[in-house]
Amino acid sequence: MEQDKEFNPKIVAFLCNWCTYTGADLAGVSRLKSSPCVRIIRVMCSGRVDPTFIIKAFKQGADGVFIGGCHIGDCHYSEGNYKTLRRVEFMKTFLEEFGINPKRLRLEWISASEGDKYAATTLEFETEIRELGPLHLVEA
Amino acid sequence: MKPKLALYWASSCGGCEIAVVDIELKILDVAGFFDIVFWPCIMDFKYKDVEAMQDGDITLCLFNGAIRTSENEHLAKLLRAKSKVLVAFGSCAKEGCIPGLANFYDKKTILDYVYNDSPSLEAESKGVYPEMRTNMPEGEIEIPEFWNTVKTLDQVVDVDYYVPGCPPQSFQIINVIEAVIDILKNGKPLPPKGTILGAGDKTCCDECPRERKEKKIKKFYRPQEIIPDPKECLLDQGIMCMGPATRSGCDALCVKANSGCRGCYGPPPNVMDQGTKMVSALSSVIDSTDPNEVKEIIKTIADPLGTFYRFSLASSLMKRVQQKNGEDKNRKF
Amino acid sequence: MINVNIDGKEIQIVEETTIVRAAESAGIWVPTLCYSELFEPYGVCRICSVEVIRGKRSRIVTACNYPLRDNGTKILTNSPRIQTIRKMIMELLLSRWPNVQIIKDIAEAVGVKEPRIKCLERDEDPNACILCGNCVNICKDVVKANVLSFENRGIKREISLPFDEKSDECIVCGACAHVCPTGHIKIKTLGYERGALQDWYLGPKTAINIPTLQAVPRVPIINEEACIKMQTGGCGICSTYCEPEAINYDAKDEEVEIEVGQILLTTGYQTIDLKQMPQYGYGRLDNVYSSLEFEHMLNSTGPTGGTILCKDGSVPRAVGIIHCIGSRDENFHKYCSRVCCMYALKFAHLVKDRTPAEVYQFYIDMRAFGKGYEEFYKRLLDEGVNMIRGKVAEISEGYLTNGEKPFLMVKCEDTLIGKFREIPVDMVILCPAIEPQFDASNIKKIFSISQSPDKFFLERHPKLDPVSTMTDGVFIAGCAQGPKDIPDSVAQASAAAARILSLISLGEVAVDPIKAEVADEYCSGCRICNSLCPYTAISFEEEKKVSFINDMLCKGCGTCVSACPSSAITGKGFTDKQILAELEGILSV
Repeated sequence: MEQDKEFNPKIVAFLCNWCTYTGADLAGVSRLKSSPCVRIIRVMCSGRVDPTFIIKAFKQGADGVFIGGCHIGDCHYSEGNYKTLRRVEFMKTFLEEFGINPKRLRLEWISASEGDKYAATTLEFETEIRELGPLHLVEA
Repeated sequence: MKPKLALYWASSCGGCEIAVVDIELKILDVAGFFDIVFWPCIMDFKYKDVEAMQDGDITLCLFNGAIRTSENEHLAKLLRAKSKVLVAFGSCAKEGCIPGLANFYDKKTILDYVYNDSPSLEAESKGVYPEMRTNMPEGEIEIPEFWNTVKTLDQVVDVDYYVPGCPPQSFQIINVIEAVIDILKNGKPLPPKGTILGAGDKTCCDECPRERKEKKIKKFYRPQEIIPDPKECLLDQGIMCMGPATRSGCDALCVKANSGCRGCYGPPPNVMDQGTKMVSALSSVIDSTDPNEVKEIIKTIADPLGTFYRFSLASSLMKRVQQKNGEDKNRKF
Repeated sequence: MINVNIDGKEIQIVEETTIVRAAESAGIWVPTLCYSELFEPYGVCRICSVEVIRGKRSRIVTACNYPLRDNGTKILTNSPRIQTIRKMIMELLLSRWPNVQIIKDIAEAVGVKEPRIKCLERDEDPNACILCGNCVNICKDVVKANVLSFENRGIKREISLPFDEKSDECIVCGACAHVCPTGHIKIKTLGYERGALQDWYLGPKTAINIPTLQAVPRVPIINEEACIKMQTGGCGICSTYCEPEAINYDAKDEEVEIEVGQILLTTGYQTIDLKQMPQYGYGRLDNVYSSLEFEHMLNSTGPTGGTILCKDGSVPRAVGIIHCIGSRDENFHKYCSRVCCMYALKFAHLVKDRTPAEVYQFYIDMRAFGKGYEEFYKRLLDEGVNMIRGKVAEISEGYLTNGEKPFLMVKCEDTLIGKFREIPVDMVILCPAIEPQFDASNIKKIFSISQSPDKFFLERHPKLDPVSTMTDGVFIAGCAQGPKDIPDSVAQASAAAARILSLISLGEVAVDPIKAEVADEYCSGCRICNSLCPYTAISFEEEKKVSFINDMLCKGCGTCVSACPSSAITGKGFTDKQILAELEGILSV
């Protein structure tokens, strides 16, 4: 428990400009408590999230990676999020094989109006990452 | 005085050495132009011969093989010190290659399997592990330490140039040798450090003669499941081909033999990680929008990690699979 | 053209003109009974008989169906011979139908006072059928429905329907009644009662009508379902009479593609389906109306002419107005529909004004916001409207033992006195929630904008940019964005229009510089990216064997950038290098 208290997870969040990023903004404007561990990178579409970024994030010390996009069918670019869906699905298999708990990668559809959902899911993800503990990767 | 040439194989299969010899009569030019000072595979050289040299004495060192043991590492450092130009020659030295696949496991797992669990071991030799030090009549001998993780040459020492390929294609070796001779003879400037020699800047697809269409993949076939059409793009047919994420230079050897590219020339110039790029590319063209169907389609790829990182695992971003006993403490899945 | 002589008048007419028309153009009256311009002349009544003289020969013919062909034909419409014939015909007709006005008129005109004949079939009915056949002919020639026909012969001759039954072929056009000279055929209006608004109709459903008195443009339209021309191919009478030839039967609803630079979405709202809440009895109980129906009843051009009436035509003794039906309701919509309180107060005021009825307002909270509204509320209180704070639980039918007409019982809790109450009224007006159009999500997809959780269109920023959307050039206003009243809708729409105009006057738009770009030197034409772009910005250049991105079509999502296995595609503004640097930065502490 002592250790857990000191553990401040680093969560990298790739948020799409139109939905989740705006949703996160709304969460802020609405004075909702969202996870303070989240470090946001804005992308135009969740489809821009290259799986390389996910690995790179873990490699550089992230304990969890969160990807937020528009709801299926609501993508600002029509169908970018379908690609994200497939990539994340694939990356989960990949992470598992790499020996990283796939729960450390989370994909959520959060629309621009769902500030509350953004707040709730990031908090939930933070709790989940806290339970999983810090990610120690070995290279040697 | 002739320029001095050294060739060394660390953890490798020896294919790269064969490839060098495979340049046919060009080897005579090499022998004529260079003074071969170290090539243990071909001639009887001793480490002490190298140790005796001055730093920078060797003009060119073609180093193949990955860094698996302490001996590999020692020689890499030694040759680095003695060579003016150190070339990571072949996929093993450049990116880990097949030996790098050992990074799926840790040292203990590998040794346990080889010396204890392997079904091919006879009962009496099970559990007999090599000892680091052994007393022999001539004195105590030492065997090199087996590292936990296979490394590439540039993860151990500073590397000047790279020649990719498993093995590098002979015509590409000839090109490189000719260029080197040209430089040394005519005093041409060296290419910038880190240049990849004997390969192109595009991908395997550039050299592939097959006809490509817009891709939509419903299922990935294993080689035994399908007879590939020799004219059509293999990926279009659902056959795993690493071509799109593999550097050109081999002249599309495998695809011309009706087999998917395996990716031995490593990632193309701007790609940081061959495996994740392939994930990104393939999942983009999977023809489904239903998460469950997507999962099923992904399942039809046999061993995605091994397939996508067959040659580049040791040099990939992750470099290795986390140990089975879990650096990720809560590895419950 | 031929020259003919009618009663000594020389006139020039087109060949094939009938004598009736020729006489009409010469200003000479020829009596007719079974003749109408609307259908083929039938020639059965013979009253139009005239004398035609060609050379030395004279003939008696019927003027209605005799076409003039020869130059110099001489016609006598009032010769002694004709007078005799006419008198005889009229005497016969008058002897059978002495009270039919048209027969009486013609008889008088031709100088018959009392018939000398006594008819055994004498019919005293002033609206009797005189067997002229107009109805049969118009049904056959104009309507082309062929429903009516003559039956039997001689004195048994009569007009009938097939098998004497109501025909399915009859389209109830009313043409037969229109042409009937005696008023024997009548159109009976069925199923309409004063005050009954079930059908929610906005005006007469005639074949040609002006949809509402406030219609813009206020021009008549043809109702395809009621138009005989469109249904049977017959009729076409309106086009004969329309001098400017404005009638076009072939006009159809058509899709027109218009290229525009900006779009203002004002798709409005719909009211909640009240049948979802059976406890209020809408659609089940008489005299339970939605606010829009009641508004229609109040309209002076509405079905009751603005009189407030119950379905049975009586004036209500008490009216209940129930607020927040589906609004501020956890089961339906959590939001407040904003406009109901104020229009409910207006209703109360008008009911008070037009009827002696008691008015009960059942409200949760009275939201009389803004300018003049609270004052209006205060005024209503002074007018003696009963305000009951509480949500209505149920509306049921109540009966009196003395057999008086049933009433509606409104059961509710009065939270101000903390009592459960049952209030009898004759009419209930429900104020349904304003909700987004049922197909708003389709519109959303077409314009790739967003919807808020309540499914109204989402503005770019709730405070700083309430009229634009996430898609450039697409603006929203009115109830499509959220419930609002007329002044607010007008304000928002004006703001949106101003935004649009400012862009038009600028003459150019700034395009986002975020685009993807293919580096030819690294692209090997694997075609992975080709199928990815929803905007078809990516094409394959067969000659160069590389993919190409049209940067005018590219919207910069970056999906192809991350898909490119050789990283030959760069996403300007969001390059790998930039994102990785960002990643390094945020993870460094």
